[in-house]
Amino acid sequence: MTEKTSPHPDVPDHDHAAALCEQVAEAQRSGTPLRIAGSGSKAGYGRPVTGTPLDLTRHQGITHYDPVELVVSVRTGTRLAHLQRVLAAAGQHLPFEPPHFGGDATVGGTIATGLSGPRRPWSGAVRDFVLGTRLITHEGRELRFGGEVMKNVAGYDLSRLMVGAQGTLGALTEVSLKVLPRPAAAHGLRLRIPLAAATTKLAKWGRQPIPLAGAAWMDGVLYLRLEGGPRSVAASRERLGGEDLDPDFWEHLREQQLPFFDGAGSGAPGPASAQASDPRPLWRLSVPATTPPLALDGHWLYDWAGAQRWLRSEASALMIREATDRVGGHATCYTPGAAEPFTPLAPVLARHHRQLKQQFDPRGLFNPGRLYPDL
Amino acid sequence: MNILFDERLDGPLPAVDRETTAQRLQQAAPGLTLLVREEDRRPFECDGLAAYRVLPMLVALPDTLEQVTALLRTCHALGVPVVTRGAGTGLSGGALPLEQGVLLVMSRFNRILELDPDARIARVQPGVRNLAISEAAAPHGLYYAPDPSSQIACSIGGNVAENAGGVHCLKYGLTVHNVLALEVLTVEGERMRLGSEALDAPGFDLLALFNGSEGMLGIITEVTVKLLPRPQVAKVIMASFDDLEKAGRAVGDIIAAGIIPGGLEMMDNLAIRAAEDFIHAGYPVEAQAILLCELDGVEADVADDCQRVREVLAEAGATAIALARDDAERALFWAGRKNAFPAVGRMAPDYYCMDGTIPRRELPRVLKGIAELAEHAGLQVANVFHAGDGNLHPLILFDANRPGELALAERVGGRILELCVEAGGSITGEHGVGREKINQMCAQFQPAEITVFHAVKAAFDPQGLLNPGKNIPTLARCAEYGAMHVHDNQLPHPELPRF
Repeated sequence: MTEKTSPHPDVPDHDHAAALCEQVAEAQRSGTPLRIAGSGSKAGYGRPVTGTPLDLTRHQGITHYDPVELVVSVRTGTRLAHLQRVLAAAGQHLPFEPPHFGGDATVGGTIATGLSGPRRPWSGAVRDFVLGTRLITHEGRELRFGGEVMKNVAGYDLSRLMVGAQGTLGALTEVSLKVLPRPAAAHGLRLRIPLAAATTKLAKWGRQPIPLAGAAWMDGVLYLRLEGGPRSVAASRERLGGEDLDPDFWEHLREQQLPFFDGAGSGAPGPASAQASDPRPLWRLSVPATTPPLALDGHWLYDWAGAQRWLRSEASALMIREATDRVGGHATCYTPGAAEPFTPLAPVLARHHRQLKQQFDPRGLFNPGRLYPDL
Repeated sequence: MNILFDERLDGPLPAVDRETTAQRLQQAAPGLTLLVREEDRRPFECDGLAAYRVLPMLVALPDTLEQVTALLRTCHALGVPVVTRGAGTGLSGGALPLEQGVLLVMSRFNRILELDPDARIARVQPGVRNLAISEAAAPHGLYYAPDPSSQIACSIGGNVAENAGGVHCLKYGLTVHNVLALEVLTVEGERMRLGSEALDAPGFDLLALFNGSEGMLGIITEVTVKLLPRPQVAKVIMASFDDLEKAGRAVGDIIAAGIIPGGLEMMDNLAIRAAEDFIHAGYPVEAQAILLCELDGVEADVADDCQRVREVLAEAGATAIALARDDAERALFWAGRKNAFPAVGRMAPDYYCMDGTIPRRELPRVLKGIAELAEHAGLQVANVFHAGDGNLHPLILFDANRPGELALAERVGGRILELCVEAGGSITGEHGVGREKINQMCAQFQPAEITVFHAVKAAFDPQGLLNPGKNIPTLARCAEYGAMHVHDNQLPHPELPRF
């Protein structure tokens, strides 16, 4: 472990890479499965893992940040909130707006789960902003892929491959992210409008110069977020009409703190009381945005202009998966304890997943079974 | 070190036989166009890296997916290597054929299968030209964002294979950011769908992995791309500087002001003079550097940003600042930049185009290094720079008819790439490794990292039949490369076996 004076005094700066490599090498020698552990804020997203914890939460620090280069490199145990505070101080942000689901959420968990927030259709997803990674391989060596430059096509893009792999291919120790200036102006609107009309309008607005950066629909209300220069935001606000929206709405949506999510268990507890919670499982349906409403009973919340649909429903996993598969999408169960939270892969695709896992982790020691039973 | 396939360094290739392979392919894929005669194969002996030529054993031009599937199954069964080629415009030799391999040309897959303006997507075959997508989308007010300078000719399949860029990457991303889904065939000829028309797909992000994989992991048979609404307005500001370093700092100042331009390009004096002589774009030939800054988006915001950028440029010491008055002048400003390569090409019999990336702050140091290398070698180098995202294109001028000068230009080019790596950058930003930069991969990656790349390859193509010898060097090649760069009398890879 090395200590040095940090240029970001608010962010702890501890390099534990050597000890982490040693623990992985030891696990390799003894054949012990490892459960890669961040703060646990997203532990419910995926299948439970049995293994010795590989604790990354102390491996913290911003190793390099030059706002003018639009790049930040950060150890994966760094708290997401710490990173975002440092970026905000320089007028920048992570455009993919990741959910925290808890105050101690780490950057590593953010990358490993690959979850993006309401801005995703317009800004891009987590993987679109990953430029480089450091990764502990099954041999216990820390290797570097990608880097701190915007464009880099040397070798295979292993950095993006790690996003959403949930640690099943190796343990991420550091990540370099592209960052962007925060929008100069933002404004939220709510319009009372039925779903069909909202869908039509969103398709039309999508081809027009409207600075949309959020579009959700629930219970007869369309929620819109405008972001851009002050003048374009003001002009669009005038044009779209509707009422002003509580600015906290997008954070509550992102953090699953709207009453809709109560009792779902994956995110932090919502503001409403537990007694009022909806007992039905929470599903995330990822479908082409223009997909007509699916014939599944339950309570719906549309986000990402229709491309991400939340559903509280008693319908069986099979029914939900068949309905989403028919429209070219997939469904994830967010309520912890589901036997198969993620949509099973087609056979040829599944085989190549296993072959990739076999190459990266021949003894199956990194987060075994986290995504699928055989990965 | 020669970059042509060398079995001693690149590993043994299977022994294959032209007649048997041709016969088996004709049986397996009736109607498949197969070029066997030497004069028919000759036009396919190189791609955009024309200094290197290899006559392929056979050239196949399939029309149907069934033919491609049958070809792959047959080649897999016979152990015959397959090199895939799109439009053949790649600059890194990614489609350089093999004497012992089949060249699979996908150019006949040139149909746009679906264009959905409401969903803002286009589903196209891999041989569709990049620009043809934007042309088809234009009536709906939409376009496909990545615009490599070869966009009138290059095909989308090749764009995906190389993760192609262009002049608008900083704001709109590379190919990987603009592709939603791929249909691919594995080396065994099995279909696999990667990504989705939804915004994500379950499992590993193999879609990202296939972008830029240079035909090493599978054959792309269909591409679904994202379309964007055309920006309401676009304005271009040209700023002149009497000093390269000042221009470099101005780039950072624009970004520090919270502005992300649609395009931000820099040219040095030699490139300016070449372009002006060729295009008459009104470039200031006395300037040491010019910046072209394109601001696009909603009209009101663009007007505000133009004002800010002018102020920033003035403060950064620009000697002249000009806003293109209208679309015609804007097109003219860009024409100089977009024709910079052929313009520089007029100054010497040959030129060699490099493609390194660096953190922008390293620009002065790297440019100085390039100038020293050029002077030492007695060659001229013009610099064209995607300044916004740190992607440098030094153009080395030489005359291939002078003995040894091609090799000299290549040595200078290799050193320039190593300079980029030393500055914390990469040997390729958008052209790909292909065969061209196979040796410099050894400068950017450690043997352990290269071993992981080989592991990825093995997960998809354990026999190494897809595009052998491209993208990832063998450790034996790196050992030989390292031996040429021995520091302190220590061999970098003493542990490695030699073929």
